[in-house]
Amino acid sequence: MTATAAQDNGLSGYVDRKRRLWLFSLMVPGLALVGPLLYMLVSPQIIWLWLSTLFGYVVIPMLDGVLGEDLSNPPEEAVPALEADSYYRYVTYALVPILWISFLVNIIFLGTHDLPWYGTLAVILATGGSLGFGLNLGHEMGHKKTTLERWLAKITLALGCYGHFFVEHNRGHHRDVATPEDPASARMGESIYRFVFREMPGAFFRAWDLEAQRLDRCGKSVWSLENEILQPALISAVLYGGLIAWLGIEMLPIMLLIAFWGAFQLTQANYIEHYGLLRAKQANGRYERCQPHHSWNSNHLFSNWALFHLQRHSDHHAHPTRRYQSLRDFPDLPRLPNGYFGMYLLAYFPQLWAKVMDKRLLAAVDRDPERINFLPAKKEMLMRRYNLGPQEQVPEEVLA
Amino acid sequence: MTRYRCPECDYEYAEAQGDPHQGFAPGTPWEALPDSFTCPDCAVRFKEDFTLVEDS
Repeated sequence: MTATAAQDNGLSGYVDRKRRLWLFSLMVPGLALVGPLLYMLVSPQIIWLWLSTLFGYVVIPMLDGVLGEDLSNPPEEAVPALEADSYYRYVTYALVPILWISFLVNIIFLGTHDLPWYGTLAVILATGGSLGFGLNLGHEMGHKKTTLERWLAKITLALGCYGHFFVEHNRGHHRDVATPEDPASARMGESIYRFVFREMPGAFFRAWDLEAQRLDRCGKSVWSLENEILQPALISAVLYGGLIAWLGIEMLPIMLLIAFWGAFQLTQANYIEHYGLLRAKQANGRYERCQPHHSWNSNHLFSNWALFHLQRHSDHHAHPTRRYQSLRDFPDLPRLPNGYFGMYLLAYFPQLWAKVMDKRLLAAVDRDPERINFLPAKKEMLMRRYNLGPQEQVPEEVLA
Repeated sequence: MTRYRCPECDYEYAEAQGDPHQGFAPGTPWEALPDSFTCPDCAVRFKEDFTLVEDS
């Protein structure tokens, strides 16, 4: 029998230097709670209500620029122990009450304070932003196999009326990612403002169809309580109904705007995660398996700490049940020049986005138009603009 | 008892138990699952990717 090195904690001597840093994934989403608390407890100034939004759009992209990237991975032999370490799970559990309390405090604050329009707008953006972090948390937990984590995912997603994401993402997006069939993969030449009209309804109906098919196989009605879209939707209905009964019907449009802004955070993530990348169709009609080069990645330190490593997206799509603490970087992946938050800002300016991203996309696919998911209406124009036509191919007689 | 395992996430389909949540009753043979069957846990491996588990 071969002697092995002592493995006291199962990590083979590996120390996870990010262990405590994952607490940023609790603190950053919790910032939305700070605004109303400072307003009520310190001084009634509107600027407090803008803090979390400014943090997201200004401070995080700057921190990503300053702190830079992390290319380190846990060694594979340490991964089983890392995955089994319950600390990492408890961090995700802890975010559920933080998001619920933050949502309730912000809505009640809005419903009980007379704010100028720019104060109301600030709270809508901050609360919607925190729902975006809720979608990220629901994403992490929704991929896991335990009943507890799956239910916590539904409870969290219910805050933003987005419970269908639980069905849509795992069984829809992961199956269809980086293909023209996926409403949650952006096409080259598609602006985020156009993408949202395809992404939001497309994702909902794909989820509904998947759930209807499953329930049909089970011999149950799509309207039964076993419908995993209706379960979180009922939580949303009770939550929103209760707050309207308490604070008045005038809260309804405001809460719908908040839910929309929360959902739009996911739209933004979907937009940048697979922009223009395309899986090849095989002879049997199936698309090739999702490969690491079918996702955009960011190794920027701070935004990854705030997002449970979501930005290591290639490894996530290759191994969807792998936990956030174990996700790895690989060399030669399609890379984003900043973290997600900076890239969201860029996506708001479609011409700027194209200027920054199109050349990166062309490099990532070796200028092969067969590997690009084009917006059909713009395909010809983009092929011309970037000189991707067949004239680039070397004639066979030259090769001979 | 015949079982088939997902090579990505180790989900197992055991014919004796089926997968009632997915609408496959206990006793449903592997061959009776639709060709579109996708791993219910990771969703990135298809029916043809699954491997037969040999019982000792």
